[in-house]
Amino acid sequence: MIRATLKSLAARKLRLAMSAFAIVLGVAFVAGSYVFTDTIDRTFDDIFGGLSSDVVVRPDLPGETDLFSGFATGTTTTIPSGLVDEVAGLPGVERADGEIENQSFFVLDTDGDVMTTQGAPGIAVNWHDGANAEGDPVLELVDGELPAGPGEVALDDRTFENAGYQIGDEVQFVSSGDEPRVSAELVGVVRFGESGSLAGASLSVFETGYAQELFLDGEDAYNRISVTAADGSSAEEVRDEISAILPGDFEALTGAEVDEETASAIEEGLGFFNTFLLVFAAIALFVGVFLILNTFSILVAQRSQEMALYRAMGAGRGQVTRSVLLEAFVVGVVGSTLGLLLGLGVAQLLKWVFGLFGLELGGGLVLLPRTVVISYVVGIVVTMIAAFVPARRASRVPPVAAMRDDVVNTESSRRVHLWVGAPLTLLGAAAMATGLFADVDDAALMVGAGIFAVFIGVALLAPVLVAPVLRVVAGWYPRAFGTVGRLARENALRNPRRTAATASALMIGMALVTAISIVGASANATVDSALDDGVRAQFVVSNAVGQPFSPTIAEEVSQVDGVDEVVSVRMSGGIVDGDQTFLQAFDPVAYSRAADLEMVEGTDELGPGQFLIGEDQAESEGLSVGDTVRLQLPGSDEDIELAGIYAQSPLLAGGVVVSQQTLEDGAVPSLDTLLYVIADDGADLATLHDGLDEATADIPTVTVQDQEEYKQQSRDQVNQLLFLVYALLGLAVLIAVLGIVNTLALSVMERTREVGLLRAVGMSRRQLRRTIRLESIAIAVLGAVLGVALGLLFGVSLQRAIADDGLEVLSIPGGQLIVFVVLAAVIGVLAAVWPARRAAKLDVLRAITTE
Amino acid sequence: MTTEPSSPRTAARAVDLTKIYGKDDTRVVALGGVTVEFTAGRYTAIMGPSGSGKSTLMHCMAALDSSTSGQVYIGDTELSRLNDKELTRLRRDKIGFIFQAFNLVPTLTARENITLPLDIAGRPVDKDWFDNVIATVGLADRLSHKPNQLSGGQQQRVACARALVSKPEIIFADEPTGNLDSRSGTEVLSFLRRSVREFEQTIVMVTHDPNAAAYADRVLFLADGQIVDEMADPTAEKVLERMKGFDAVGQQA
Repeated sequence: MIRATLKSLAARKLRLAMSAFAIVLGVAFVAGSYVFTDTIDRTFDDIFGGLSSDVVVRPDLPGETDLFSGFATGTTTTIPSGLVDEVAGLPGVERADGEIENQSFFVLDTDGDVMTTQGAPGIAVNWHDGANAEGDPVLELVDGELPAGPGEVALDDRTFENAGYQIGDEVQFVSSGDEPRVSAELVGVVRFGESGSLAGASLSVFETGYAQELFLDGEDAYNRISVTAADGSSAEEVRDEISAILPGDFEALTGAEVDEETASAIEEGLGFFNTFLLVFAAIALFVGVFLILNTFSILVAQRSQEMALYRAMGAGRGQVTRSVLLEAFVVGVVGSTLGLLLGLGVAQLLKWVFGLFGLELGGGLVLLPRTVVISYVVGIVVTMIAAFVPARRASRVPPVAAMRDDVVNTESSRRVHLWVGAPLTLLGAAAMATGLFADVDDAALMVGAGIFAVFIGVALLAPVLVAPVLRVVAGWYPRAFGTVGRLARENALRNPRRTAATASALMIGMALVTAISIVGASANATVDSALDDGVRAQFVVSNAVGQPFSPTIAEEVSQVDGVDEVVSVRMSGGIVDGDQTFLQAFDPVAYSRAADLEMVEGTDELGPGQFLIGEDQAESEGLSVGDTVRLQLPGSDEDIELAGIYAQSPLLAGGVVVSQQTLEDGAVPSLDTLLYVIADDGADLATLHDGLDEATADIPTVTVQDQEEYKQQSRDQVNQLLFLVYALLGLAVLIAVLGIVNTLALSVMERTREVGLLRAVGMSRRQLRRTIRLESIAIAVLGAVLGVALGLLFGVSLQRAIADDGLEVLSIPGGQLIVFVVLAAVIGVLAAVWPARRAAKLDVLRAITTE
Repeated sequence: MTTEPSSPRTAARAVDLTKIYGKDDTRVVALGGVTVEFTAGRYTAIMGPSGSGKSTLMHCMAALDSSTSGQVYIGDTELSRLNDKELTRLRRDKIGFIFQAFNLVPTLTARENITLPLDIAGRPVDKDWFDNVIATVGLADRLSHKPNQLSGGQQQRVACARALVSKPEIIFADEPTGNLDSRSGTEVLSFLRRSVREFEQTIVMVTHDPNAAAYADRVLFLADGQIVDEMADPTAEKVLERMKGFDAVGQQA
């Protein structure tokens, strides 16, 4: 039996290749995701692994550190130099170096453009030659000299190479400090760690005194202390020793603890990325299942004679099932192997793309055994599952059935579809609704599983839906195309289960694309309406990726002729009643002139120790004016009082608003995130725009935009994300297209004699091709129509569910949805090209005499 | 009972038709220079043992296969000068087919199958002629049925009606009764003969069944790619007798 199976496999290489292709693509995506994120992981491990010294002393921050580093705010709490000396004096300590670090100090290249990748930090540090925990230097001078005093700087070698400066040149910087523009003479080049890779960041090194002047207002203090333990003392001992003498607002950690913390923060950040890629891999595999299922179903149907022969010769049902499963296993192994190889290619491609955007990942790809195992398990298991249904069906083929030409779907199997499909769809919808609208843990999982169940449910229902939907989609064929049209329609209806499975693959891709496009359009519409109704200020000054900037810019902007008022908005993370919360800080009175802010209760006179909140949030948290919450910031921990409740607006999304003084008191650095510029009455806006551009010309990190430009920028950001998602979903659509090609090609093979007959009675090749093309279009449009309908459901529920979290306006891009259906028709045409050519090429005589 | 055709026109003919398959060692001469005429309005049967070339002759005559050398004429049209498109059109407009099995498109009703060649051509259906044909084959109450709802004999009668309804120059039937029981076979054969008698249709039928051949006006005997004999007004006994002779020759060789 095994030999017979393998022989029959080899005889059907082409079909094997086509069904394996779906596995290849799915597995490639899974393997590629893992390889790529492992490679990023390794890069970051290299960067951060050798960074920490034996023990680190730093200000004690509430909550998780990455919350504050995430908003790039850090803390203004510093370590006085006296404490460094004190630590250095401890018996277990060999040396203690005070460190200064700033993460928004950007190097400009010789053209005046910012050097770093968007979003990557511009790191500035003071020089010291203390070693890391392994005793290696963190920074190494590779050229020139070390910065020895004010006005001198050393750059990391990557930045040096790319910026175009020579040693001795004046290097230009943009700082978030009081002086937005800084320049210093380049005296040396340093190398960071072993690979020199900073993953897109830049590194500027200064002499300690000058760094204090630049970043700490000249105060003789530090951000952190790196401690090297004396011989014979362990890091833990030294940590405990230091902890004993530290004032309460500082903490001492071993280097290992800091590294672990950094690693887990990075893992969390990258974990999202990995999950993102894996979701698409799952979608690709899920769609692939339909292709494999269909291919195996057709192959089994075509081989029913062969199966019946085995059965007649005494093969048991189990043996027939096993032979099909064995075939699936072989396809799975081959597909997984190729997929794994292709996955390496995918990872290499991603690495290259990241390199183009300045995020260079050092070293080769990382292929962990785990990746190999997962690839094979996923590929093989998915194939076997997909083959199981046809295998069971194959084993049920009674020997006589093989003699019959077409095995028609029985009514009972259709009833099974209905009775399993309908409850599964409803169950899935219920899970989705629970995840979206009810307050449950693992909401994302509920929604994901719900969508999954709905897809399977609808796919099961699809054979029942095929006839009525096709009567609409292809009902007009006979009228428009005569017999050719009738044949195409009837062929599509001939085997509803096959048509349904083929269309379902496309349905999934289309449903997701539709849902995403609705969310995207709603996001854009929400931004538009927020800005249209919400913003009165004529101009907005901001950074493209939301990095905060020096408050000096607000002052400079307010000096421009025609500016009435500048309203600055600051943002920070904070911990409110134990939950990490996003805070905005501004003066509500000034803000209400620039943007929409209407109080429904209390006052907009916001003092230190007070906050405002949106009415929906106030209601859901049960807060009323005068209530207090506990706010933890890097340098403070106090109860703040609810001063007022404002009407819900899309711009503020109902979040917590505090005064800027509150943030400053909490040791959050004074950096602006957004400036609203209100023009004088009657000021010429074009002239004002020029004036503002001029005022910020030497700060390339910020841009001045009028409302339309600002809206466009927000829209562009949404659209960029959309295109990325579309590109990834394109893979699912590609697999679906392959499914249509496969089904059509196999159907044509099945109908060889019919094709021969049609040609014999005078059907031209062109008419034959058109018949197959029309059938293909019918299947594709069927899939698209079901997909768009489901997508509408998903998209609208998703928007409804997160309406309160800032997606208030529902927008259904009707034109776009029509384009999707038209595209599906085009997909149908393309998918039919090859099967139609094959059919047209069939030799009439041979076709009609085929057995 | 036999009436002479009103005009002794030639519906199709072959001149020195040769068909050779394969090359060198595997070279098989299927037709070795066959010259034959099929008179319009006559019912001709082609008989011969398997491998005699009778199917090849029919396929070449019916524009389903190309010849190695020689000419085939359908009416006045010489086939070897036509390209694929023209051959397709010729098959559609001038030739009718009845095959042994799988004669109908399973997704179409009987009526749609019958008008298929006309529909493909985009030609209107001659209503009177259609009704006449349907009445003759006795399918009036089966027209909306799909092939799988019809018996084998009914299916073959639908195929006959399809071949007739486009009024082709000539109908080629390849073992039309091969898959039928004797009663259904008799129905089909008598229907074919009626269509020759009443509608002056030209029919060429390949068969190995002497009883089927007896329905024809003329029988051609093929052996080893050559026409070896011809018989007018055959009866089953005479044909059988003649065939036995071939078998004997075959066995001696």
